Amino acid sequence: MQSTAPMMDAPLHWAGHDEPQSFLRRYIFSTDHKIIGIQFLFMSLFFLLVGGILAGIMRWQLGYPGQPLPASGMLPETMVVDGIILPEFYNSAVTMHGTIMVFFAIMPLLVGVFANYLIPLQIGAPDMAFPKLNMLSFWTAVPAGFIMLAGFFVPGGHAAAGWTSYPPLSAIPEYSGVDLGQRLWLISLIILGFSSLMGAVNYITTVINMRAPGMSLFRMPLATWSLFITAHLVLLAIPILTGALIMLLFDQTIGTSFFRADQGGSPLLWQHLFWFFGHPEVYILILPAMGFVSEIIAAGSRKPIFGYHAMVIAIAAIGFLGWIVWGHHMFQSGMNPALGAAFMGTTMVIAVPSAIKVFNWLATMWRGDLHFHVPMLNAVAFVAMFVIGGLSGVFVASTPVDIYLHDTYFVVAHIHYVLFGGSLFALFGAITFWYPKMFGRMMSEGLGKVHFWLTMLFFNATFFPMHQVGIGGMMRRIYDPLQYEYMQPMAPTNRFITIAALLLIATQLIFAFNFIWSMFRGAKAEANPWRANSLEWVVPSPPPHGNFTEMPHVYRGPYEYSLPDEAEDYMPQNVPPGVPRPSSTPVHAG
Amino acid sequence: MDHAAALPLDSQRPEPGAGVYNMKLGMWVFLLSEVMFFTSLIGAYIILRFAHPTAFAEPGVVLNVPLTALNTFILICSSVTMVKAFAAIQQGDQRRLKQWLLATAGIGAMFLGVQAFEYYKLVGHGFVPNVANYAAEGEPLYGATFYTMTGFHGAHVAIGVLSLLFVSWRAFRGKYTAQSYGGVEIVGLYWHFVDLVWIILFTIVYLM
Amino acid sequence: MTHWFPIGISTYAGEIDRLFYIILFITGLIFVLVQGALLYFAFKYRHVEGRKAFHIHGDMRVEAIWTAIPFLIVVYIALASIGPWLRIRDYDRFPPAELEVEVTAKQFEWNVTYPGPDGSLGTGDDFVRRNQLHLPVGRVVHVHLSAEDVIHSFFLPEFRVKQDAVPGLRLPVWFEAMETGTYTLGCAELCGMGHYRMRGTVTVHEAAAFDSWLQSSGETAFADGDDDDARVAAAAGTPQHDEHSGH
Repeated sequence: MQSTAPMMDAPLHWAGHDEPQSFLRRYIFSTDHKIIGIQFLFMSLFFLLVGGILAGIMRWQLGYPGQPLPASGMLPETMVVDGIILPEFYNSAVTMHGTIMVFFAIMPLLVGVFANYLIPLQIGAPDMAFPKLNMLSFWTAVPAGFIMLAGFFVPGGHAAAGWTSYPPLSAIPEYSGVDLGQRLWLISLIILGFSSLMGAVNYITTVINMRAPGMSLFRMPLATWSLFITAHLVLLAIPILTGALIMLLFDQTIGTSFFRADQGGSPLLWQHLFWFFGHPEVYILILPAMGFVSEIIAAGSRKPIFGYHAMVIAIAAIGFLGWIVWGHHMFQSGMNPALGAAFMGTTMVIAVPSAIKVFNWLATMWRGDLHFHVPMLNAVAFVAMFVIGGLSGVFVASTPVDIYLHDTYFVVAHIHYVLFGGSLFALFGAITFWYPKMFGRMMSEGLGKVHFWLTMLFFNATFFPMHQVGIGGMMRRIYDPLQYEYMQPMAPTNRFITIAALLLIATQLIFAFNFIWSMFRGAKAEANPWRANSLEWVVPSPPPHGNFTEMPHVYRGPYEYSLPDEAEDYMPQNVPPGVPRPSSTPVHAG
Repeated sequence: MDHAAALPLDSQRPEPGAGVYNMKLGMWVFLLSEVMFFTSLIGAYIILRFAHPTAFAEPGVVLNVPLTALNTFILICSSVTMVKAFAAIQQGDQRRLKQWLLATAGIGAMFLGVQAFEYYKLVGHGFVPNVANYAAEGEPLYGATFYTMTGFHGAHVAIGVLSLLFVSWRAFRGKYTAQSYGGVEIVGLYWHFVDLVWIILFTIVYLM
Repeated sequence: MTHWFPIGISTYAGEIDRLFYIILFITGLIFVLVQGALLYFAFKYRHVEGRKAFHIHGDMRVEAIWTAIPFLIVVYIALASIGPWLRIRDYDRFPPAELEVEVTAKQFEWNVTYPGPDGSLGTGDDFVRRNQLHLPVGRVVHVHLSAEDVIHSFFLPEFRVKQDAVPGLRLPVWFEAMETGTYTLGCAELCGMGHYRMRGTVTVHEAAAFDSWLQSSGETAFADGDDDDARVAAAAGTPQHDEHSGH
């Protein structure tokens, strides 16, 4: 109930009550959730580029082993000799590709950008519960990023024990050949953890306490729901990782032996701790994407999301079940087989809520009025690609089949179908969808479509064959597959994958160009170019500081599209019932 | 899905939410993450101990239980003074607020002092985080887990003491009233949490 | 189709492959139905002037159906998997060993300790071969797997065998080869700079040929050029009790 006690919360600052601020306060050390979201956007897109380049380097070695890497002249002899990538550098590239993509690209894109940008707008609040903490969250992530990049420039090179950093390899420099780099990796992630934690506290408090009147929990858009539940996963999983990272850092630096078997420690303990964090982490990497896809598909189909309540329960179920499946990363680890069987059970069950979501998206499109603008194309592609990724997961969930497929390229295919085919396509859609709100301009629809179709083509060409080479027995993280006779016939396929991958990476330049060019030359955006219903679309593009001129009131859920007795096919959440509305321009493109 | 809002349509207050103000909800949420952090450290300790019981000395052999028991009592006293500080500002009693806040900070600092002394003594006897000169295999685990758990707890206490000093400073500047005492309440929540973690640690590490 | 499973030559390779194909059939069917529906809807319900979307919020019956059916499918797959899993991995269900070897992984080689002429592992006549796994056809082999330095993974693709080798643990693996021939031993866990070249050769012999090889402590022509003929025998000491359950 309303607190009748003393008022502890600061008064809400709606739009129009601004004092002028310096450039530094307004854009650099901003406490405005929208600016912070955009800051995360620029930072993460930069890291996405770095991660992509590392993938290109890896693929060059796998496709053309022994051939000089183009433009490698500027790389030091510790990485590349006469253009040939060294095994040590290859292992680093593998490690850093995973690390950067997971922690510095996808996670901040999904959460740092969109939780920040969308939550206050979608729930009708002027900003986050703790704006200064929010600013601190971004400015803590930045040094973490610098430290992570610094690892490339230190003697011994960067971390090279995989993004999963299993000890004893990661704990003992004599074994990995990497000393300072591995330590910087740990320190960077510990610091990044603080940034994530601050964000999570903000997102959870804001969603619980700052919803506008009428915005009950079951009237919140699914984007907010998915970010809300994801924030709980971040809150509870990141500290586990932090503890594990600290213990590994101690093993490396002050000679403790948490994970060193030669002194009574347990390498498996690391795996349990890491994956207890790691599995919720992968749901952190997909749930927000699912939320964005729901928004886009509903708006693009001009139709309510089918099964809104079921969708919320499915998100919560995935979030909850995600805590009890971690052992499926450890089936072959030496873990007790009975435990393995139990984890197989829970892992199989977690497929069900994801399946429910897929069916609900399909049912939303059924009998809809589908407009295939760029966000819709990407959102529908998400569904198609996520289905492939999810189905490939069923194979490795079966423990006996996993005996063979574990640590092969089949898993690499699975990972990338869900993370790229899933999360990244959702992000392309989400960025395009909310770009007008963020920057006041539309991205080019033409460039967006070219980017989409080429990405679809090259993405599938790159990753689908990986299922096959995995079934053929090609291991992960393997610098030179030709050392194994049975992998020599796979060389042409690996070359094909490499060519597709390089084309895939090159295609992203179209997106980058579109992103930058549209900021200056894109068509000016109105408040609601997609004619969508959630509250962010009722304020100007971009919204002023404070978002709304006064506290909005919410009268309905976010998916009242194509109401039978209405002339318009959308009905924003804050339009009072019975009030006649001026007709608006048709939904953009399609 | 269209149900009548619980609030009048022209309400200027957000949906009821948790029923507690933002800072308090935020602190509770943050403390949940702290539970997970200590779980990872204590969980690691429990797992390693079950795997290598001989690597860990019997209670009292290496660690000074009586002194630490006294220290536990000291920390609990500081929670009592914290409660009194909070009660004071709820009544609007500025003088007692300042007294009890400073007392809490002081007693917290005393706890840290005793712990630092204990560490000093242990190191003097050769019990260090990477102790390798004990007899049986697995001995390094005892030092590693002991110092990591108690060290991070101590770090949390230190942060708590600094926060208490900050809140005390604000109290001296008259920033808290009977209507607005959020800062006092949330530092109190944090402090009680740190105390609770210690009681668990003391039991598990010193008494078992 | 250029790449598929290498031919399975162990007694349980068939079980694993069969499970794979069952899952492939089920997921393949689901794939066709779902993608088919997606493409069909995308085409059939694309925007045309004058047609409005059908306003509906959901249907509980349909939710129940598409919750129950996936649930039943995954439960079936899990149940179908339990038998093979326990048969392959549960130490108490291992068929009795007809040959025991010790495999120790280290950066970047596999050291295989054979029992020697007396047939017993852990005695003075044990001998070690590096990167050479010699096996008899048609006999149950128990491997005691450990690692000296970092985590490696003992991978025999044609046998469908994979088990991580973990420092501090001594893990049991069993298999039985059904065909003679030369096969692959690889490392399937990133173990450092030389991970990519940590491979060995598996040779499955006719039973009699294997026996005589073992009798002569591997001194015959099977011993390969890059073999290390160090006789690290008794230094291996008595075998410790297998830790067949990690944490």
